[in-house]
Amino acid sequence: MISTLHRELGLTDGELEQIVDRLGREPTHTELAMFSVMWSEHCSYKSSRNHLKNLPTEGDRILVGPGEGAGIIEVVPGVAVAWKIESHNHPSFVEPFNGAATGIGGIVRDILSMGARPIALLDSLRFGSPDDPKTRLLIDGVVHGISSYGNSIGVPTVGGEMVFEDCYAENPLVNVACLGVIEHKQMNGRGEGDGNAAILFGSSTGRDGIGGASVLASAEFDEDSLDKRPSVQVGDPFTEKLLIEASLELIRSDLVVGFQDLGAGGISCPTCEMTSKAGTGIDVELESIHLREPGMEPFEVMISESQERMLAVVEPSRVDEVIAVCSKWGLEARVIGRITDSGNVRVLSDGEVIVDVPAAALAEEGPVYDRPYERPSWIDEVQASAPGVEAPGDLKTAFLELLGSPRIASKRWAWSQYDHMIFLGTIEGPGSDAAVIRLPGRDEAVAITTDGNGRYCYLDPYEGARLAVAEAARNVACTGARPVAVTNCLNFGNPEKPGVMWQFAEAVRGIGDACAVLGTPVTGGNVSFYNETNGRAIYPTPVIGTLGILDDASAAVPMSFTSDGDDVILLGTTGVDLGGSEFATVINDSVGGSPPTLDIDAERALIETLVELAPLVTSAHDPSDGGLAVSIAESAVAGGVGVRIDEDADLEPHVALFSETPSRAVVTCTPASTEAVVQVARKHGTPARRIGSTGGDKLIFATFEVALCDARERYETGLTKRLSATMA
Amino acid sequence: MTSLATPRVGVVLFPGSNCEQDCVRSFRALGAETEMIWHGEKSLPDVDLVVLPGGFAHGDYLRTGALARFSPIMTAVEEHAAGGGLVLGICNGFQILCEAGLLPGALRKNVGLKFICAWAELRVENADTAFTRRAQPGQVLKVPINHFEGNWYVDDETRERMVANGQIVLRYTANPNGSLEDAAGITNDGGNVLGMMPHPERACEALLGSEDGAVILGSVLDTLGLSSATSGVR
Repeated sequence: MISTLHRELGLTDGELEQIVDRLGREPTHTELAMFSVMWSEHCSYKSSRNHLKNLPTEGDRILVGPGEGAGIIEVVPGVAVAWKIESHNHPSFVEPFNGAATGIGGIVRDILSMGARPIALLDSLRFGSPDDPKTRLLIDGVVHGISSYGNSIGVPTVGGEMVFEDCYAENPLVNVACLGVIEHKQMNGRGEGDGNAAILFGSSTGRDGIGGASVLASAEFDEDSLDKRPSVQVGDPFTEKLLIEASLELIRSDLVVGFQDLGAGGISCPTCEMTSKAGTGIDVELESIHLREPGMEPFEVMISESQERMLAVVEPSRVDEVIAVCSKWGLEARVIGRITDSGNVRVLSDGEVIVDVPAAALAEEGPVYDRPYERPSWIDEVQASAPGVEAPGDLKTAFLELLGSPRIASKRWAWSQYDHMIFLGTIEGPGSDAAVIRLPGRDEAVAITTDGNGRYCYLDPYEGARLAVAEAARNVACTGARPVAVTNCLNFGNPEKPGVMWQFAEAVRGIGDACAVLGTPVTGGNVSFYNETNGRAIYPTPVIGTLGILDDASAAVPMSFTSDGDDVILLGTTGVDLGGSEFATVINDSVGGSPPTLDIDAERALIETLVELAPLVTSAHDPSDGGLAVSIAESAVAGGVGVRIDEDADLEPHVALFSETPSRAVVTCTPASTEAVVQVARKHGTPARRIGSTGGDKLIFATFEVALCDARERYETGLTKRLSATMA
Repeated sequence: MTSLATPRVGVVLFPGSNCEQDCVRSFRALGAETEMIWHGEKSLPDVDLVVLPGGFAHGDYLRTGALARFSPIMTAVEEHAAGGGLVLGICNGFQILCEAGLLPGALRKNVGLKFICAWAELRVENADTAFTRRAQPGQVLKVPINHFEGNWYVDDETRERMVANGQIVLRYTANPNGSLEDAAGITNDGGNVLGMMPHPERACEALLGSEDGAVILGSVLDTLGLSSATSGVR
């Protein structure tokens, strides 16, 4: 029987052989289930590890890099934040509400496991066309799931992305980034101390989420995928909130040696990871685990992904105090085992040993694959195809159409359903280039953003990934913050296909190269493979989450024009970059050619310029999707201030308006400061040119003008109109 | 209590509350002393004002505020209110006060059936209350809302009486949730209990977008300062 069971659990024949070799015997049923989740793509990074190891991970401010629950970054000496992104793509397609909700729950517990209080969330979402009724249901479910869970646990959702592209119709992407602040002391997930107690606290263990990491997150979708609904966990935000408060109280009271959250892989994961890291072992009493329903099989108990649970390692003398704290918060807490010096994870059921495997075998010795990769031949065809750069019939019509396109238009419909203000720290919130979050009780702030461009990566994964790193850093720098760290969520198709693996390898290479130059090491993240349905993969979509530091929250630079009579200055140079642009896609219905080529040194100079300019400028915003015209309109609409622009006359008008050349930013300042701004830019080698001034109630370009109220109407209703048309 | 003592504000912490720290921070910034009160306590410490903060007390399961009204501390809060003590319920706190019968009416789901987090404008309809004395009559305050169930409803007879008594203290200038009378904040008959859906504690600092919330919180502190200064004892 065991000869086929491993395949149902997602293990290959070769992997089973490896397990048998390592154990010197056939695994038991429960052991096999534990290996299947811990050696799954989702938990083991077996296809990605060889590439990820090349990423830059070290920097002056990086206190903890990849491999822990989250990266830890020093803000100022003695003050540190935790930062991490995770995907919940597959669950959100199968069950959007709970998939998105538990995606938040999972990343919040990752942050918590480092001893940090979660203080901000960003959601990076990708769907199919909003004109598709099925997509509309997914959007509704995901947004409602985020709203319901995030609001209830009292962590503000302060930004993110919402992108629409047909390739995501059957494979939406739900990536969630979380920021935390270390309140008392940094924790680690180490199961130290022979004889220490392992206490499981939080929710009971049920049958939800059996095999979520293996059968759901590490396989492609087909017509039968909705049958996998029982593999999606069900969230309870109330318990999560109690878990946050109880965990932080345990840390404040110095009651725990180490702890780790239970996410993918359920109890199997922290029991083997915590002990493997510490070089210890653990004996787990299966009957001590409190269950939601009777009759659960041992393997179900060990791999159930029931939400809102943590495992704490506690000295025997503190056990009663730990249980008392949990009990105060209404949480069940039970000693389920003891740390040993055996090096093994042992599970005992009714006195019988049903699992006895080396912790390291589960946690660290999983297979590592050097998957074959090859540049797919279709790339040449796509890059040679028409990039859609032709001038539009009417510039004003094209401008308004872009401003109202779902990808560009305001996402207020979604973020007004999220509490984005709690904790009194949201200095710049949703709709900004980056959210600026003041740390509780302090003057310092961090700026956080997520960015990705699947279309660019489809045309050229190396350039696309570099562009994503550059844009995220630029967005952070626009607020005046210095970018210092990156977390990444790598969303790709099936890594067993050489073409997909090539996209992955190229994207990781691009991220590494760009991060190295920009001084933003990668502190961790997540890989989501198998984003394919019926053999069709998504665009390769690396999402970059960049964090920057601002010494004084009150000095944050807004993206909105703030007053009449300011000079408008363009930093950087506009080139002909329309391949893969929003203009080419929306106006000329074309995705072809090559994305812009990034000059990383120019980008670094721009970022230095923006950081130094912060005290001199009244606003800063970078032209990205839709180019300079859209960027100007966004700042004008946000501030309720009109503007007159004389765009570059050396370029064709539609290129000057809509080209998506990177390494540019638009800043405004009082005329008295213009000379100083230009001087700072010159010092860093960044071209700077005054292109207009703010004021009035119109957007006036060289070739056309639009009333500010008309621009606002397009921008604010573009998405909701499309969504409601679908429902009619 | 001695005269001119610093006003003491007690913030009740229910499991699932999440705005308690923001309330503490904003009241402290205005000069109050604060104390957190666990919902499981049976008596109140020595405080002048009891705040029921926003959040999702007990997960808001069953119905918003429906479980929280049975928390042990609520008996003491009722006694405090019955004795004329000041009580301020913000958002979920307002919902709890309605469930507990300390305020009339109930809070239903928003018209539009969506959670709304947004800035709102509130007109001060009655500036002659313990909670609004710093405002000018008709003054418009910019304070954010953050709720799914803020659509206040009450029977016609009570409604008429409340309007006549000036108990509709704060009205939205643009009703976001369908609330009857555009009510954003109401008081009880005695005027010593205020429930409001908007979050004044989130609007006490220009950097966050508005300082108007301090008009409400500061008014309560003024009231407490006056009462301790004039009566000497409580």
